[in-house]
Order: sequence, then C-alpha cells, then structure tokens
Amino acid sequence: MADQRISLTINQRDVSVVVEPNETLLQVLRDGLGHMDVKYGCGEGVCGTCTVLFDGEPVNSCLMLGVQASGHTVTTVRGLIDDPEGRALQARFLEEGAAQCGYCTPGIVLTAYHLVRENRRATREDLRAGLAGNLCRCTGYVNILDAIESHLGRSRSHTEASV
Amino acid sequence: MSQLSSSGLDVRTPLDRGTGQVGSSIVHGEFRDKVHGSLLYAADHYGPGMLHGKVVRSPFPSARIISIDTSEARALPGVIAVLVADDVPKNVMGEEASGLGLERIQTPVLAEDRVRYMGEPVALIAAEKPHIAEAAAELVDVDYEPMPGVYDPEDALAGNAPLIHDQGNVLSDWRIARGDVDSAMEDAHHVVEGTYKTQAVDHAYLEPEAGVGWIDVDGVVTLRVATQVIEHATEVAAILGLPHNRVRVASTYMGGAFGGKEDMTVEPFLALLVWETERAVRMVWSRQESLLARPKRHPFVMRYRTAANADGKVLAQDIDIVGDAGAYPYLSPRVLFAAAVTAVGPYRVDHVRIRARAVFTNHVPNSAFRGFGAMQVVFGYESQMDRIASASGLTREEVRLRNFLASGDPLPTGEPVPTVPAVAATMRRALDALKPQSPAENSKLARGRGFACNMQPYGRTVFFGDKASAWIGFEADGTVIVRAGVTDLGGGQAASLAQIAAEVLGVDTSRVIVHIGDTHLTPLTGGTFATRQLYMSGNAVLHTARDLRNQMAPVAARLLGVQTDDLEFAGDAVRTRTGGVELSTAEWVSACGAEEVATAHLGTFHGESGSFDSRTGQGRTFPDYTFGTHAIQIEVDTETGTIKVLDYVACHDVGRAINPLRVEGQIHGGVAQGLGYALSEEILTEDGVSHSALFADYLIPTALDLPDITPIVLEEEPGKGPFGARGIGEPTIAPVAAAVASALEDAVGIRPDRLPFTPERVLEAINSQSR
Repeated sequence: MADQRISLTINQRDVSVVVEPNETLLQVLRDGLGHMDVKYGCGEGVCGTCTVLFDGEPVNSCLMLGVQASGHTVTTVRGLIDDPEGRALQARFLEEGAAQCGYCTPGIVLTAYHLVRENRRATREDLRAGLAGNLCRCTGYVNILDAIESHLGRSRSHTEASV
Repeated sequence: MSQLSSSGLDVRTPLDRGTGQVGSSIVHGEFRDKVHGSLLYAADHYGPGMLHGKVVRSPFPSARIISIDTSEARALPGVIAVLVADDVPKNVMGEEASGLGLERIQTPVLAEDRVRYMGEPVALIAAEKPHIAEAAAELVDVDYEPMPGVYDPEDALAGNAPLIHDQGNVLSDWRIARGDVDSAMEDAHHVVEGTYKTQAVDHAYLEPEAGVGWIDVDGVVTLRVATQVIEHATEVAAILGLPHNRVRVASTYMGGAFGGKEDMTVEPFLALLVWETERAVRMVWSRQESLLARPKRHPFVMRYRTAANADGKVLAQDIDIVGDAGAYPYLSPRVLFAAAVTAVGPYRVDHVRIRARAVFTNHVPNSAFRGFGAMQVVFGYESQMDRIASASGLTREEVRLRNFLASGDPLPTGEPVPTVPAVAATMRRALDALKPQSPAENSKLARGRGFACNMQPYGRTVFFGDKASAWIGFEADGTVIVRAGVTDLGGGQAASLAQIAAEVLGVDTSRVIVHIGDTHLTPLTGGTFATRQLYMSGNAVLHTARDLRNQMAPVAARLLGVQTDDLEFAGDAVRTRTGGVELSTAEWVSACGAEEVATAHLGTFHGESGSFDSRTGQGRTFPDYTFGTHAIQIEVDTETGTIKVLDYVACHDVGRAINPLRVEGQIHGGVAQGLGYALSEEILTEDGVSHSALFADYLIPTALDLPDITPIVLEEEPGKGPFGARGIGEPTIAPVAAAVASALEDAVGIRPDRLPFTPERVLEAINSQSR
C-alpha cells in the first residue's frame, strides 16, 4: 500500500500530513506532526498514556491507524489550554499536586476532562471507574481524584468506604 | 572550592530565619510543564533524519551462540548499521558492585559466545525507520544451541547445578554475626520459624527506556537519555575506547524510574550506533522489551528462626536469605547487603547470625528497585514479630514496644543506630488514624486490621565515601541559577533544591532555576538512587548557598551600616533585623559586582566515611535510616479469596518535610506500588521463558484497585539531610506487604508465606486451614 495524505483537525488547527499505511495515530501525532505531549506507554491499549480525544471521545492513539484520523478532530492535552474548562481543570491538578513524574498526566487530564464534561455529578467511585483505563505508577491516584472532585466543586467525597 | 563535611554539623540546623520556602508545598518549575503537557522526556527529542536504534535479543534463556550472520539484515534497504559483539571496542560493562572487593564477573554489552537470559542483547541495528529496524532484527540470523539452564536460586546452589559463570553460581555471600545465637536459642522461651518467599516484579514506570544521541562539537558523543545516573558516561567512554571527556550524558526528566533506570539502559547501545553511523540516533524500547529484558526486583527465599524470652523480648535471630540475581551481577551484591544489614528490622537483637547470598540463575538480571533488599526482609521480620506476639500472648503492638530500637542501640553490624529512631511514635500515629472496624455486610466477608513497621536506609553505604557538588550563582536582576548533576525521577528532586537555595538566599522559589543532570555542564552529585539525593545534594545546595551568602554578606552589611549578624535575607531583599533599611537582592548583587566580590560559588558536600569488615560482618554501613509504620484494614471475600483494601494509613518520621505535598506524594506512590507487590504483581517465568511480557498480563493497580491512602508526615526526630530531613523515596513501599499479611491473619486466621497474595493463594490457604 502506498503512503497517503490525510487532512485532520488537531487542537483546532487544520493540518495535512503524509502517513504510511501501517503507522499508528500515535506515531503520526508524535513523529509526523511533533505533538510530543502525546506519550507512548505500552502500544497495547492497556495503560492509557497515549490517550487523545478523537471527535471528543478518549481513545488510545496507539491502537488506531493514522489513516483512520482522516477528516476527524483530535485534541491533545496542549489543546486544552485554549479551553476554559480544560484550563480550569489543569489549575486544579496543579493545586492538588496531582502529578509526579508527569508522564501519564496528559492522558489522565484528557480522560478527566471527558469525565467531567459527561457527568457533573460523578461520584468519586464513578471517577475511579472512569480512570481505570489510565495507569499511574507514582501517585496512587489520590490527588488526581481530589483534583477532579475539586473541579466539580466539592472536596473529597467519601461515598465508597462504609467503614 | 569549599570542602564541607557532615561531621561536626548540628544535625538539626536551624532554619535560616525561616523565610518560608522550605516546608511549603510550593508548586514549582517542571510541575506546571507536566500538567500542561509541555515537558519533554527522553523520547521526545526527535528530529528529521534521525536513525532508529534497535536491540536484537536472545529468544533463549540459556544457549551457545554458534554463529551470527548479519548479511541479510545489512542488505535490507534503509538499514545503516548492524553491530555484533566483535564491533564493540571494549565489550564489558558494569563495575564491581559491592564496593567491598568482590571478584569481577564480566557483563558483555553484546553477547559473545553464549546467552544467559531470554532478552539478552546480541546485536544492534540502526535504520531509517522504526519498522525497517524491526524487520532487520528479524533478519539477523543467529545459530543458537540451547544449553541446560538454572531457573531457581536454590537449585543453583546444588553441587551438580550447571554453571552460569565459570566462577560459580554464588555471586556474593554476606555474613553478619554478633553475640552467641546458639546459646540464646537454647535458653529461649519461644523459638518461632518461618520461610518467606517473594516474587520478581517490574518497575512498570509509564515511560519505557529511551534516549537520543549524536556527535557534538569537538567529537563529543552526546547522549540525552532517561537515566538515574549520568556518571555512567565514563563507562560508555570505556566501551567506545574514548577519553572520559569525549562522552557527555544528559538526563531528561524521567517518566518514573524507581531504580529501574539506575543501571545503564539504552546508553551503550545508543553510543555504539552513534559512533558507528556518525548520525543522530533515537532508541526507544517497547513496553514488551522493557517487561521482558529489564532488571526486576529480586525474588528472595528467607528462612527465619527467632528466639524470645517469656516476656516477648527477642533474644536472637538466625536468618538465611537467598536472592535470585539472574544472569549477571548488576547491583545484586549491594541489594543483598542492604537486606543483610536490615534483616532484623527496627528492633534490638543482641544475638544475630545473618547470611545473605546473591545467586546466579538464567533469569533476567535483577537489580535496583525502590526498597533495595531492605523491602523484602520486612515481610520476613514483621511476620516473625507477629508470630512472637502469638507465642507469647502479647498484642502485636506490645511485642514491638518491648523490642523497638532505642537511641544508641547497636544494629546487627555492631554500629549504633545513627539517629533517634521514632518508630514507636509512627506506630501510635498510624494505628490511631486507622478507621474503627465495622462489621462486614455478610458472613462470607471477613474484615481485619494489621500493620507493619520498617526501617529503610537513606544514602549510600559509608565505605563508598559519597560526595555531591553544586554551583549556585546570582544573575544581575537577583534571580538565581543552581547547577547540580542530580537526575529527576519525577519525585521533585530538582524542585526541592530550588526551595533550599531560595530559603537560604532569601529569594522566592519562583526566582530560582535549577539545571540538572549533565556530565559536561553541571557539577556531579552522584546519581539519584538509595534515597540519597535530598541527603547529599540537598546538603550540597544548603552549604553552597550558605557559603555564597556569607561571601556576599559583608557588602550588604557595609551598605546598610550594620554587622553581618544583623542581616536578614528574605523576600527578595537583604534588610537589617531591626527593620527599616533594605537592599533588593538585585542591588546587593550589583554592589558585590562593583566591589569584585564573587556572586557565584561551587561547593562539595562529603557524606560520612567509615569502614566495614566483610569477614566479621561488623563495622559502619548506612549513614542513617527512615522509620515508619503502615496500618491497614481489609475485607476478604472468603468465597473468592479477593482482598479489598478499606483503609490505609502510612506514617513516616521524615525529620523535616522540605515540601510536604511532595512527601505525601512519595507516600501515596510507595503504598500504591507496594499494594501491587502485595496483591497482584508477579513476573511469571517458566524455565526462563517470560509469561509476563505484555502489559495486559502484568497487573499494576488501577484507580479502582486502590483506597484513599492517608499519609501522616511526622517531623519527630532530625535526620542527616538538610534542615534535619530524612529520605522518603524508598521507605514508603517497604512495609506494605507485611501490613497486608498481618491484616489477613486478623481477618481469616491465615498467614501465607509467599507473595503476592493473589485470590488463588488466599483461597487455597483458607481452604487448607478449614480442612
């Protein structure tokens, strides 16, 4: 199969790029287009590190081919800076210290952004379930959940453990 | 250059009139970049025309290499270089790891006539595209002849075991002995025995091993890699046959490391390909490669015999530890050394006999991992303390209170515990904070509480004569630059240095920039490992900042018309303590310039020194320890064997928290990683063949698996770090598994002696108990 030129919208900018038929969306975003805020973690769709929003829905960009993105809209974590809600959510992550090494953070922030837009009343347990596809090895998720709950206008809820 | 020594310093140095920079949860520097996605990691430094490096690895755990044919791989269009062992100028890596003069067993960069583990590097490829490099790797034709292997460290000790190295299968054999163990055992009221087994686990940092390299001005081979230890540059130079100053290693901020980026990862391979092709090369290992071929945590087999008198006072410990080193030395001798020194835990025991061996097998080499040998033994010594409690009819708290180390008590090595061990305080605080137990919803669910205490060293063993340097300078506008060769794993190692410099120099932390981790541009500090960085580099920055301030203070004193003792440095200014007159930091710097007083300073901090006699097992070892207690409440489903963590409290005495938010972060993360170790994680192999080379097969905790961990940061007894801080990176992971074991016994009366406590294992133990 021959290389193919595709057009797509990334962080509200229209771009056009030549991709090889077997290149993943992750490879296209990083090495083709320089979006280094999208990170490789496992290539199996397990860790969620490479999460981007694809037409607004979180996907593992390592499991999609670049050619599948033709005509679609992709948002990376850098794109959230232009969005009031995205910026506000990132501010909560800073306040709560919701990152350590920072490598999973772009994927986690994007998933969190999607979760809060889907459900303003998500419980802590809902958020845990929503984040289950994004692995973090440094934080134990505590401050990440606190940051998202803070963004939803409340301090940590204790709905889960009835001890 | 000033020479500073830790001896003779007041351990709890008073805060420099408390400007509030140290002790604050300041969000600084790279943290904002992380949340915004703008921080560049090792794999992100990519440019047009870069080649892609690939390691060809052995598919066999034990085999002879008959021949290697690279002609087809070389012929593939887009392949620029293919290298094998003969192409490596000096095909050896790894220093003598113990520091105590063990026989050198050589680790080849690329395997020569034999492979000793599955995944061992055999050849290297550089190609124009990643998929071309992959295809070329498949075309390297290696003729292997499988050989018998050894896949269990205890089997490796048998007289007829195949030899993994000609020198024998025992890599190191540490012995520590004190008192008269046999007599104490005979006189004892209680003797309890236990054998405890731990598993291999992976660091599973989210950022796999990566780096880029190129040849820079003056022919300097330059590597920008994710590494904990830039000082490996000299080793890379030796491999290439170059003078030391021709290899520069710069570390990027890392996406986690936990000890897994302490040995070299991509460095030698990248350097060889750069040197061969004279082009820029990127090498990124896949997750599957990382799981297959990178060092893991050592599986231990620990046999404990513990004697106590009728009052539950421990009289003697007889301990034998066998650690699986895997196929090459790496840091195994040091890991087993740490295990031996800490094998009795934070308790006074006057009669001890400890043996700790690192034994070769045909497994992937095991090496450094957060906890470093002092973690596995917590499962051993805390299980034994619980058994002593049962035997002597005491509560688990009481038996510990009767045995905790007191100030000045001897360790098994005969040296006194270096600082005041506040372990009892951590136990009380952790247990007090644990939520009260309420009944489970039904009779199939059983709830239980447990806890475990630990001591974890921070700093390298004193016989290495550790040191760290830092350079600090003012800019004309009063902002500050710190240069220090530390590497940042993600724990805020660089940011804490900014806070310390800011505190001493009286500027806001936001006005300090820290440059880290570059062998050619930053003074060397030694790597970020052994929980040594705050202790060593923190002290280096503290003392260098003080010396800089002292050398500049007379200028301010003259201008303000006071003695230097009457100066206060805070709020981006120098002022008199009585108030009123002040100079901005910028004015102060400018005045120093006019008077030709230097506004920059380079200092070196020397850690403690001492010697250890490896024949008697007595002498000086670690500079100090961090003490802690973890308490946990769990619910066990007695029909499925699953364990749910309901509550978790972790308390450590950190002496002084430089940044409380980051300290809590270390506790959260250590507990999370420890719960993975206790409950689910295990690298499974069968005859040396990995069954855990997919992330889908290696289960690290998700947000659904973990409780809200409650950290308690105690500032009880000063340690040896800056402002009395103690290290906190490693201590937080070590007691977790033992705490879970303790709660399991409380909940269902079983005490598995093998990790991890998977549902299958727990169910089997419950069923065998009821039979």
